[in-house]
Amino acid sequence: MSDSVKLMDVAIWRGDATGGAYEHFEVPAQESQTILDVVSWIQQNQDANLTYRYACRVGMCGSCAMMVNETPRWTCRTHVKKVLDGNKLTVAPLRNLPVIKDLATDMDPFFDKWVEAEGVHHPSKTRDDAIELIDPKSSARVEASTGIECINCSICYAACDTVAGNTDYLGPAALQRSWTLYNDARDADKQGILDAVSGTGGCHNCHSQGSCAVHCPNDLNPMKAIAGLKRATAMSFLKNGR
Amino acid sequence: MKKTHRGHPLWFAYALHRASGLGLAVFLPFHFYILSMALTQPERLDYFLHFAENPLVKVAEFGLVFGLAIHMFGGLRLLAMEWLPWSDNQKTLAAAALAVSFLISVTFFLKAI
Amino acid sequence: MLDIRLYMLQRLSALFMGPFVLIHIAVMIYAIQGGLSTGEILGRTQGSVTWFLFYAMFVIAVSVHSAIGLRVIVHEFLGLKGFALSTLTWTICVVLLFMGGRAVTAVTML
Repeated sequence: MSDSVKLMDVAIWRGDATGGAYEHFEVPAQESQTILDVVSWIQQNQDANLTYRYACRVGMCGSCAMMVNETPRWTCRTHVKKVLDGNKLTVAPLRNLPVIKDLATDMDPFFDKWVEAEGVHHPSKTRDDAIELIDPKSSARVEASTGIECINCSICYAACDTVAGNTDYLGPAALQRSWTLYNDARDADKQGILDAVSGTGGCHNCHSQGSCAVHCPNDLNPMKAIAGLKRATAMSFLKNGR
Repeated sequence: MKKTHRGHPLWFAYALHRASGLGLAVFLPFHFYILSMALTQPERLDYFLHFAENPLVKVAEFGLVFGLAIHMFGGLRLLAMEWLPWSDNQKTLAAAALAVSFLISVTFFLKAI
Repeated sequence: MLDIRLYMLQRLSALFMGPFVLIHIAVMIYAIQGGLSTGEILGRTQGSVTWFLFYAMFVIAVSVHSAIGLRVIVHEFLGLKGFALSTLTWTICVVLLFMGGRAVTAVTML
């Protein structure tokens, strides 16, 4: 029996919307290995019924996001060596989202809230008007640009305890998107955005825990964006009553 | 330090703020009840105040003052973050709030014993 | 479970209470020296319009602030919502106002 191949004890959550449990697999450790490699190896060599998602596998699409040792991560960009606890590993579906099967969650609530937060562009011009010139160095544009790299991977949504406790809460990603549009000089309905984020699930529920900023793989800061929304809504409230 | 979705500085600041707020809210009815005895049962209030000389009670009072201070200074940090222009040093501000609260409550404790 | 109106009420009551809390802590640090007795307390506060106003406003602000704060905790940790949540919020506010009012009158009334 060779000693040189180390075997890892990997616990994978199996189940669906009605419930589930962790199932243990023995997975050979490799020199350079990501969590996605581990999950794929299990599905290809141990249990073809394991359900999981991935697409680009190079850290661009966000599809492979899962809970690794209870922390939301892109599995394609998480080296096993960084998170291995002795020889143990835990992989589970993203928190705060309904489970479809095993490691695949239903992303609908996440995207529904994206729309509910009014993170949609409200045009102020038509195709017949001249293109609006935007100064990339203006403070509003710089502020907007800090949030536009979001790829909707839902890691911030999974990391947030307020999302866990308040089912109406729109969540960090959706609110950050609203903030980028609020700061977009071309958007014609700033008040509509403020109204959308001022309801019972709005930005005012954020407790500034900052888990969103700590875990965002793109180093975005939804907490900062939400603080901006609070500032804007408070000023609007004191001036106009809404 | 291993990052979990909970064990980081600003999350602890949130947890402290919530715990102190809850503690204060639970404490208040007792505080109001005891003070109202000043009118209807002053001897009972005196007895209670005398009992409160016990050093263990002083430690508890230290906890109360600490809770009040941390809740207020933590709250001021939040108000500044939300209503003043953004500053990137939230962790430093949270630590400062904790330090000032501790100083104030230790001052109270030293005067109380 | 906070919309903008509850949020503003929470934040404004907090801002309002800042000076009250600082003064209260300062007074306690001063008063606790050498022990505390009913006579000592009443000697300072009895018949004082200033202390009455001070603590009355403090009680109003803290009743509103606590009720809203507890509302959030009860919703996020116990899942209470809708009518039951609002009833609890109002109840907490009223109970604190009443008990606080009694305490304020007890120490300032002649």
